[in-house]
Amino acid sequence: MSIACEFEYVRPASLKDALRLLARPPEGGAMPLAGGSDLIAWLRDGAVQPGLVVDIKQLPELRGIRVSGGGLWMGAAVPFSELMESPAVQKHAPVLVEAAGVLASVGIRNRATPAGNICSAVPCCDSGPVLLVYEAEIHVATLRGTKVIPAANWFLAPRRTALPPGGLVTGIRIPVARHAGAFAKLKRYRGEDLAQASVAVRVDAKGAWRVAFGSVAPTPIRGRKTEKILAGHKQPEGAVLEQAATAAEAEVAPITDIRSSEHYRRLMVGVMLRRSILLASARLVGKGAAYGINIIEEDAP
Amino acid sequence: MKKEIFFQLNGEPRRVDVAPHETLLDVLRGKMGVHSPKEGCGRGDCGACTVLLDGKAVRGCLVLAMEVEGQAVTTLEGLGRDGPRALQEAFVEGNVFQCGFCAPGVVLAASALLAAHPDPTERQIREALAGNLCRCTGYEPIVKTILAVAKKKKGRKAKPSSAPSRRTAS
Repeated sequence: MSIACEFEYVRPASLKDALRLLARPPEGGAMPLAGGSDLIAWLRDGAVQPGLVVDIKQLPELRGIRVSGGGLWMGAAVPFSELMESPAVQKHAPVLVEAAGVLASVGIRNRATPAGNICSAVPCCDSGPVLLVYEAEIHVATLRGTKVIPAANWFLAPRRTALPPGGLVTGIRIPVARHAGAFAKLKRYRGEDLAQASVAVRVDAKGAWRVAFGSVAPTPIRGRKTEKILAGHKQPEGAVLEQAATAAEAEVAPITDIRSSEHYRRLMVGVMLRRSILLASARLVGKGAAYGINIIEEDAP
Repeated sequence: MKKEIFFQLNGEPRRVDVAPHETLLDVLRGKMGVHSPKEGCGRGDCGACTVLLDGKAVRGCLVLAMEVEGQAVTTLEGLGRDGPRALQEAFVEGNVFQCGFCAPGVVLAASALLAAHPDPTERQIREALAGNLCRCTGYEPIVKTILAVAKKKKGRKAKPSSAPSRRTAS
């Protein structure tokens, strides 16, 4: 089925032009287009009916990957496959590389972007838990100026974000620091699928853990209670690991839907957390599988 | 509003009038006589509409035609223009496909993989094709054929370069 709704398409020449179009949209509103994997599917479904689609992927301000001032900056128009191949991203944000490797398929990853993923802000968005454990900054431009929104404040509800009206995400910045981590995604089958549940973990050299979950609450969420139990343990095992898994199962809030039951999601959060912690703590000391594996299929202890 | 766009289609410069809501898949099939990309799911899951955009496999159903202005689009029709490639010949020889609906997408996805990784592992092949659904074959013959073609190519390339070292050794 083709797209039924009519809209105008513009490829603005500058960021300023793009912001003007988004700030003063025609009837029906304006929507930015980067990779299009969500937007064009929604247009086909009639789920959105904008008067204008603003193609922002050519804007130089939204391109490129840079490391400067203690941060890794990734332009909002850079697709997942480009990030996965970038040595800077592999070095400074390996958990994002691992998550990208189990996200959709190559044909989608060649177009789709993390910025688009978090702007769609569906509960199962794979970038969400990763950006939460990295305490990433979402850089937003509006006609009035630029704004930095912490990932922790980004997700408000399913498909609702802190993006101000007329605003455009220009890039995502991840603070650079020595760390290890892991990303686990539960799917119904091998190959491409949306997450039934996902877990991201990050640990630094002092044993400070950050934990986040996807698909088990209305938005991606941070697991603060789980983190407290793990704090200071560089190599959690035994009782600490079990307590952390129990805390994680208790602090997520999954629902039963077409992809999974609430009970299964909760149980698997514990299983995936244990595996992710063991893998991340091994990676912290230079052991464990290289980043980019599917933990569920390839690192089953 | 309709607009004329200009892009390379299978190596040839082409112009076509398109409306903003038309997808690349709509325009290729409906206006340009290119029928190898198929509409399966129409939402990016099945890969039957795969085309190469500047050499990268993308979903024709999730790209607006206007987005490809100035870019190079390759479909199956463009791959075998100088005669079928080794990969295509091997697929035919092995009778690898059955109904053939997924075949154009699989051939393009595999070609993009081999262009980037001439000697892929089985894992890389399965990953590259994970977004191309096939309901007939169970994937095994497809994956094995791609592996065999890559090995054969590697063998051909390795021979000339290994010859001098053998001489040195003797």
